[in-house]
Amino acid sequence: MADAAAQAVELAEAAVAGDRRALARLLTAVENRTPVAEAAMRRLYPTAGQAHLVGVTGPPGSGKSTLVAALIAEVRRAGRTVAVVAVDPSSPITGGALLGDRVRMQAYAADDGVFIRSMAARGHAGGLASTSTAAAAVLDASGFDLILLETVGTGQSEVEVAAAADTTVVLEAPEMGDEVQAIKAGLLEVADLVVVNKGDKPGAQRTAAQLRAMLVATASRDADPARPRPKRPEILITTASTGEGVPELLAALDRHRAVGREGVSAAARLARAEAQVWAIVTDRLRDRLHDEAHREATTATLGEVADHRLDPYAAADRLLATFATEAAP
Amino acid sequence: MTDRPLKVLIAKPGLDGHDRGAKVLARGLRDEGFEVVYTGLRQTPEMIATAALQEDVDVVGLSILSGAHMTLVPRVTKLLRERGMDDVLVAVGGIIPDDDGPALRAAGVAEIFGPGTTIAQVATYLRANARPRD
Repeated sequence: MADAAAQAVELAEAAVAGDRRALARLLTAVENRTPVAEAAMRRLYPTAGQAHLVGVTGPPGSGKSTLVAALIAEVRRAGRTVAVVAVDPSSPITGGALLGDRVRMQAYAADDGVFIRSMAARGHAGGLASTSTAAAAVLDASGFDLILLETVGTGQSEVEVAAAADTTVVLEAPEMGDEVQAIKAGLLEVADLVVVNKGDKPGAQRTAAQLRAMLVATASRDADPARPRPKRPEILITTASTGEGVPELLAALDRHRAVGREGVSAAARLARAEAQVWAIVTDRLRDRLHDEAHREATTATLGEVADHRLDPYAAADRLLATFATEAAP
Repeated sequence: MTDRPLKVLIAKPGLDGHDRGAKVLARGLRDEGFEVVYTGLRQTPEMIATAALQEDVDVVGLSILSGAHMTLVPRVTKLLRERGMDDVLVAVGGIIPDDDGPALRAAGVAEIFGPGTTIAQVATYLRANARPRD
């Protein structure tokens, strides 16, 4: 443990000083949830919180990676640094993953102001990996101005990224659905910006107009301010492959950040803290249920559920009760 | 966390456009439980070294069918060494004449996989020889 702490301090100091190899190794430790990662986080977390964390989410094939690549170019033109955490799904069957987001982000090999890291979701549902927020915090503490969190291709309800990011961008492709799709609860509700990408395709203008009508114009203005309300997102059109609309997108991101800083965001920061801590709690619970001391009992309980001899609620209570009677590790 | 997946970069340096083999291998290794970073066609040695470093991979797999391996592969291994990644296992796949093997190995290549190699052979080799970082 003392070794881990010393190694963590060394890696953290080097990463903050701009050593990209140390940063990369630290991110591996975070992904693998090692003691080094925890010790490093203790050191880095207090200095994180400076970067603008932007979540980019949307259905598979809507152009998330291409848009992220276009944003990198725009951010570099503005003289700011940028890091990307790009998440792709892990196989539920083999645990393997194909991480293909770098394919569209090649042009920055020699640019020290750009850092791209692919992550496998490793069984975590919700659009990110369970360690993505921690990875973003490490990149934040390492001094990047903007951090883009690109989710796996999402459906309607993977809203986790909204808790992880200061600003959430939801991508839509033209003609993906009608007005009823736009007023369903879920992903579109958590968008700060809705981007209709592939703006050169027929129907982009109409899709944007429909989204605007449904998401912005119909949002009630006189609701009780104490009640939680869906956001009223800004709607933009981009063509990521040509860069069309991307300067406007960066300007909108900056505007959103400025507004967020002035107020409201206390609740958002609390939500992020909760999501982050909660992810660790569930990870640790799962780890402990499968450790040496508990594996047998856990498997037996799960077996009873599989055979319908025990209901899932009673099983969960039983597993939790094991910990209630034990001292903390 | 000792049973975490090995992370492999599959890259295609050089100018040939034949990426079917690289894609089949990338997908096959995914099915063998590896985390595979695939970066696509026409990678410069610089791009490959940067990707390997940022992704902190355990293995770099280079697929070359253009005949330019004697130029490109040593450039990649040299860049990896310069950036402190000399503990990364480098393997080459593609059309590599037997006569070039010794020079490539001297340049830091651990293994060369020619036509007819199965996915399972590659997976078994990597599991036995790559050193996972923690």
